[in-house]
Amino acid sequence: MTLTAPAAPALSTDEVLALRRDFPLLQREGLVYLDSTATSQRPRQVLDAEVAYVEHEHAAVHRGAHTLAAEATERFEEARGTVAAFIGADDDEVVWTSGATAALNLVAGAIGNASAGRGGAEADRFRLREGDEVVVTELEHHADLVPWQELALRTGATLRWIPVDDDGALRMDEAARIVGPRTRVLAFSHVSNVLGAVNPVADLVALAREHGALTVLDACQSVPHLPFDVRTLGVDLVAFSGHKMLGPTGIGALWGRREVLNALPPFLTGGSMITTVTMERSEYLPAPQRFEAGTQPTSQAIGLAEAVRYLQGVGMERVAAHEAAIGDRLAEGLDAIDGVRLLGPRPGAPRVGLASFVVDGVHAHDVGQVLDEAGVAVRVGHHCAQPLHRRLGVTASTRASGYVYTTEDEVDRFLEATVQAVRFFGVRS
Amino acid sequence: MSGTGSLYQELILDLSRHPRAKGLHDGADASSHQVNPTCGDEVTVQLHLDGDVVRAVRWDGEGCAISQASASILAELAPGLTLDDLGSRIALFRTAMRSKGRIEPDEELLGDAVALGGVSKYTARVKCAMLPWVAAEDALAHRAA
Ligand SMILES: Cc1ncc(COP(=O)(O)O)c(C=O)c1O
Repeated sequence: MTLTAPAAPALSTDEVLALRRDFPLLQREGLVYLDSTATSQRPRQVLDAEVAYVEHEHAAVHRGAHTLAAEATERFEEARGTVAAFIGADDDEVVWTSGATAALNLVAGAIGNASAGRGGAEADRFRLREGDEVVVTELEHHADLVPWQELALRTGATLRWIPVDDDGALRMDEAARIVGPRTRVLAFSHVSNVLGAVNPVADLVALAREHGALTVLDACQSVPHLPFDVRTLGVDLVAFSGHKMLGPTGIGALWGRREVLNALPPFLTGGSMITTVTMERSEYLPAPQRFEAGTQPTSQAIGLAEAVRYLQGVGMERVAAHEAAIGDRLAEGLDAIDGVRLLGPRPGAPRVGLASFVVDGVHAHDVGQVLDEAGVAVRVGHHCAQPLHRRLGVTASTRASGYVYTTEDEVDRFLEATVQAVRFFGVRS
Repeated sequence: MSGTGSLYQELILDLSRHPRAKGLHDGADASSHQVNPTCGDEVTVQLHLDGDVVRAVRWDGEGCAISQASASILAELAPGLTLDDLGSRIALFRTAMRSKGRIEPDEELLGDAVALGGVSKYTARVKCAMLPWVAAEDALAHRAA
């Protein structure tokens, strides 16, 4: 998982250009797409896999006994197996969700249900009471913050957070003070969607374990970009989204240790997650079905499995090496522009293929407008991380983020357009 | 950069660097705080009144060149208008902003807001231009009777 000494060579320009031919949208004239952290583009293979399933095999999965339904169920479960293997998990530990936001809400909601007394004796370990603490970090995406705020408000638990320093790095000295015997849940992101820095998962897991706290990892920006193995990370639950890893929208996953998932009470309830239902009460299936109430996004799951195969075809070590190179080029280039403040790790320090920055005296919206005019699509705003921006002393930033299909040439075009933006708004005049 | 040039008229760039009527004053008759949730930009607009007539608009906030300039333009336009007039100018400005480039702001009624005319072609930026005007509208609506 180290980015400083990649275990595989970065992709050559020719290799990236060859990959790009698989992406219909990237053929769009004049477009430099540098917003993959928000959502990635999809290769033809993913689109084709979805279409093939819909044209030949679609039916309701886990319901009905006809041949078509059996085939569809098989495809759907194969897709689960593909995604599970990709993250080093067993099939029955992967729960489909509509995305990371849904996965994190599922966990917070299930803990809320446990806290309300649901789930019997097994769920006791999740029960939050006044005096208990839920710990997050100051750099979380709102999806890994707001559900925990709500949970704390509902249960009377206290929400605490690990602060960051001026570069946005987690203050691990503070973490050691904050995570303690009252900590019941520690939720944090693997890679910051604003800074691109990789957080010290092993150290955080060790702290949580020492106090018996449940660990929840927001892996939205790591599963797509780094070799990822749930067993070596040692966390209890992991959330990620398909649309950030070349897959469709509307599909994502929650991974959980089998014993954790099977002890958690359900969150969404309804069809397909029960064994016996009477008018008074219901019995629930074990995981993963326990958490998959209602008709599932089947073609999306099949598309995501194809995206995983695509990434495996490139090789995640090489994806990571390519991103490290793109991230370095972004960070170095931005840092060299007068009037630009790079956020997060200094150039040369480990980061995935993204960089956020502010231009002195110029609002991110205005920077983004000039970039857009040059055909460069970047994200401007707070990137769903208002507390982090506030801590870094800015309301908004501009973020350029690449992926497997991003070329060095695109990074250079982005950097040139950024220089133009700085000039246009007169910072250097 | 012709497109961007039409968006960022000289007046807009100038006002974003040298804002007018920025900074809140005590004793406002009405005020409203508005946030643009996509970028976190914020503006507070105060109305200082003489009976039914706007004496001064003061504002404070943080945001892009468009929203900052728009606040200054509003603050220079409003003094002397009756509350009803201010309300109708806000409605006119909104119509122009939502027109996707078809309706130019009327210079006679909207003054320097004509410089914001180019914004209406950039749907993602219309909210930026509207933010202070929405705040003024909200302040009008919630004015202590
Ligand atoms: C770090 C992080 N967490 C959570 C999310 C939420 O993902 P989604 O919107 O796909 O549910 C995102 C992306 O927006 C993210 O980057």
